[in-house]
Amino acid sequence: MPKIIVEIMPKQDLLDPQGKAVANALHRAGNKEISAVRIGKRIELHFDREITEADLDEAKAQAANFLSNDVIEDVVAVTKED
Amino acid sequence: MKIGVITFPGTLDDRDAQRAIRLAGGTPVPLWHADQDLKKVDAVVLPGGFSYGDYLRCGAIAAQAPATKEVIKLAGQGLPVLGICNGFQVLVESHLLPGGLIRNEHQHFVCRDQKLRVENNTTAWTNLFEKDEEILIPLKNGEGGYIAEPETLKMLEGENRIAFRYLETNPNGSMNDIAGLTNERGNVVGLMPHPEHAVEPGFGPDTPVAMRSGVDGLRFFASVLQQVVNA
Amino acid sequence: MFKSKKSEPSGVDTTQHAITEPEKEQPWQELGLKQDEYEEIKNILGRRPTSSELAMYSVMWSEHCSYKSSKIYLRQFGEKVTDEMKTHLMVGMGENAGVVDIGEGLAVTFKVESHNHPSYIEPFQGAATGVGGIVRDILSMGARPIAVMDQLRFGAPGNQDTARVVHGVVDGISFYGNCLGLPNIGGETVFDSVYQGNPLVNALSIGSMKHEDLQLAKASNPGDLVILFGARTGADGIGGVSVLASETFESTGPTKRPAVQVGDPFAEKVLIECCLELFHSGVVAGIQDLGGAGISCATSELASNGGKGMRVQLKNVLLRDESLTPEEILMSESQERMCAVVPKKKLKAFEEIVNKWEVEYSVLGDVINEDRLYINWGNEEIVNVPPRTVAHDGPVYERPVAHPSYQEQLNNSNSSSLPRAKSAADLAAQLMELIATPNQADKSWITAQYDKYVGGNTALSMPDDSGMVRVSEESGLGVALATDANGKYAYLNPYEGARLALAEAYRNVAVTGAVPRAVTNCLNFGSPENPEVMWQFKEATAGLADACLELGIPVTGGNVSFYNQSGDEAIYPTPVVGVLGVIDDVARRIPSGWQDDGNNIYLLGETFDELNGSAWAKDLHDHLGGQPPKLDLNKEKQLAELLHGASIQGLIESAHDVSEGGLGVAVLEAALRFNIGARIWLGDMMERDGIDETAAMFSESQSRVIVTVGREDDVKFQALCEARGVPCLRIGVTDATSGLVEIKDIADLKLDDIRSGWVETLPELFG
Repeated sequence: MPKIIVEIMPKQDLLDPQGKAVANALHRAGNKEISAVRIGKRIELHFDREITEADLDEAKAQAANFLSNDVIEDVVAVTKED
Repeated sequence: MKIGVITFPGTLDDRDAQRAIRLAGGTPVPLWHADQDLKKVDAVVLPGGFSYGDYLRCGAIAAQAPATKEVIKLAGQGLPVLGICNGFQVLVESHLLPGGLIRNEHQHFVCRDQKLRVENNTTAWTNLFEKDEEILIPLKNGEGGYIAEPETLKMLEGENRIAFRYLETNPNGSMNDIAGLTNERGNVVGLMPHPEHAVEPGFGPDTPVAMRSGVDGLRFFASVLQQVVNA
Repeated sequence: MFKSKKSEPSGVDTTQHAITEPEKEQPWQELGLKQDEYEEIKNILGRRPTSSELAMYSVMWSEHCSYKSSKIYLRQFGEKVTDEMKTHLMVGMGENAGVVDIGEGLAVTFKVESHNHPSYIEPFQGAATGVGGIVRDILSMGARPIAVMDQLRFGAPGNQDTARVVHGVVDGISFYGNCLGLPNIGGETVFDSVYQGNPLVNALSIGSMKHEDLQLAKASNPGDLVILFGARTGADGIGGVSVLASETFESTGPTKRPAVQVGDPFAEKVLIECCLELFHSGVVAGIQDLGGAGISCATSELASNGGKGMRVQLKNVLLRDESLTPEEILMSESQERMCAVVPKKKLKAFEEIVNKWEVEYSVLGDVINEDRLYINWGNEEIVNVPPRTVAHDGPVYERPVAHPSYQEQLNNSNSSSLPRAKSAADLAAQLMELIATPNQADKSWITAQYDKYVGGNTALSMPDDSGMVRVSEESGLGVALATDANGKYAYLNPYEGARLALAEAYRNVAVTGAVPRAVTNCLNFGSPENPEVMWQFKEATAGLADACLELGIPVTGGNVSFYNQSGDEAIYPTPVVGVLGVIDDVARRIPSGWQDDGNNIYLLGETFDELNGSAWAKDLHDHLGGQPPKLDLNKEKQLAELLHGASIQGLIESAHDVSEGGLGVAVLEAALRFNIGARIWLGDMMERDGIDETAAMFSESQSRVIVTVGREDDVKFQALCEARGVPCLRIGVTDATSGLVEIKDIADLKLDDIRSGWVETLPELFG
């Protein structure tokens, strides 16, 4: 099934409390080698036909305007996947 | 004076906002998120809750609603808009107010009576307060930490756009203890605490005077009625 | 838990197959049925059941759904009832929740339920879905849910696993309740090692409505449509049913079947608003929420209650997971689903409303004029049963009952053997220690995670003695709710323990100025297959029923949770009793602590040397034995009537019941409420009642309340007590300036010191 994958991460210099909580839990479990954890989102946009370049452009626009909030997040990737 | 209160799927404090408007002397008008028609109201409240289950980001989907789009347009023309908690999140997602609101550092939902300082008493929603007046307003949320770029913070401080600041405790790690903001024009105000929960004696926060007697929230709604009358 | 053996070729087991393949092996035992129950099913049907029918019967005849071990005892709640008790009862037991008239054409519905086992396995989801489930029960009566409460019992505070459960449960309740926009107005939290492997998570909800809004769960008109709406059906909660899977679970799909239900409060909030709009539009003829046993329960109960039948096309169910088998669909416990009975001519109106709220729905079938439930999977019939046999005529057990072998020794081990404080300093130290124990300490760490404001109608919430919500904004008419249980008392004497729980909840409602009117209960016990546990259950239900009769307030509904035990270790019998009271105007409500300076503090009631089963004995001396405190329900009634009469006249400034921990703890709690000190003296009380300091401080004698009264009302109040025969003794005076609780001849305790011990305990353990 054709899909476009949008990957979003919290901005680099932003506090990620979720990531921090997960890192702490990993440390408690013995994984002290992990220095930090950051948690983002992977969004799949499914199509029931072939994906065009126009679709990809549209997805990039939606990723920037709606799927992410550019104050607190970065769109890391928008890619086609079969 | 007609004040609209928008209900999104998942909105929780709309009935409380309607009551607050009524107690202040206005006429609350329930508005549905899918309707662009705002029924010629004189002001709008975006109430608290978990619109769309906080899916994607708090307030993100509500910011796309037809009613919200109309509010954004009219706010640009001076319509007074108050965003409470989730409503504040909608205002930030709509870019009517700058910055972002993220999850509390301590990860837990917290419901407490919060002391605030009213730092800007010239907005549509705060003109009945004294400058730097200390008020007590209930706070209840898990994602309310305010963040912004350093330049944005500098601008907000410099232009006196911090409407409310947390006193005594910063419950959610908000930068600069920011509890609420206003826009340049002073018609759009957003804050995390809930003034609509401090409007009726017997049902508000405890004060040294008596149990549940705090009604500092009422002046938010009375202020805008004043504003509309004078407009 | 998941069987992976391949049992038979894939394909649906139809009623036709049941006839042509009568000898087929069926996993009735793995599904929890007994041999004779399996035979009875074959008897009822005249053939072997299909896999789907077997699944339905096994779940609907399970203890949880059929109450088979408890039915014969629960009957008492309906039998030991006078006509007068039924005056305000609009809907009694047997429906989703009881409904009580409160006046002005308004009614409330309320109920408490358990979600114990899921909360041990997956504390967050278990507690969250517990809230979701009870709220749907309230909704299905036609009411708008207006508040929730919870009764939590965890293991030993110091045990690591306790923290796991505490965090998950509190987060789960907070998450779900807050997202629904329901204020949490009270409850209780208890720690005891006896609950280590079996934490108890009971959830209560209350809703309000106009009389004419009442909805019932029945399908009585042939031709009406049966519509499933809300969340899609997925694999939640069907772990046990996988024995019926005709394929190995590796080949079934990408995900393992979860045994726990997963909740989405946003979906439920939308469902609540959608349902209320459906109800008010007159579009629905019957409504049932889907809880335990999902679609099996909804269809068979709606049909059975209506005295008619139903024809269902199971393929019409909207699925989250297309790989679900029919058996799994029937058993699924996916949350946030309702089943409505809709007259054909109202279908369009129904669709408009659900579409407005973006709630999915599908028409599963219709009501028919036959006493039969037919379920088809496509063209094949997979269920053909008489609905009553599934929903209501399940097995009824009379399990063996045996007086516990430990009981005599337990009751002979009196706390009088325990050493008592030898000096004032010792006594004061014990009090300071007790107030800081997890059971008496401040619960704000928990309750601050709950919204108490939403709705704007919360007149009282924790830490006051009952939760109180305004129902009518015009008149101030409201209701008060208190829930109580004392597992220690019930272990010492189950009959008395149940009576004592009722008395405490009754008293907690009375101290806020409301008049008790109705009762709900959640009976948490060990395994019914253990005759000693069964004896506890028999005694407790009798105690509760007798006490309700004596106090004149009926049980309107409740819940039984059995099997709360790990190996041979059962929990203490823990009957949780909830009492609902009515107050004509919530403005009259009485807080649990004093706010004014210089008011007299009165102790109502008498104190005896009763330390058995007390917090002093258990939490300070690790002792549990003897008989629990005596209870005279007449005294409770007199006390409640006095409090009501006095509060109508506005004589009472504050009132707090004296219960666990005794008088010392009650006084400190009242002082801490608004941080106002007091000067207390115990001498008069000790002399009048013939007791020593330890008893005065820590005894848990019943029917006692501490009350403060404005100076100008002293004479009137004392006269009222005398006229009504309620013992009334002045034991102190409030003091807003000293910052102390001075207990004459014992100690001057600094409020700050008391507070710091009291406030730190839970955050230190769990923060």
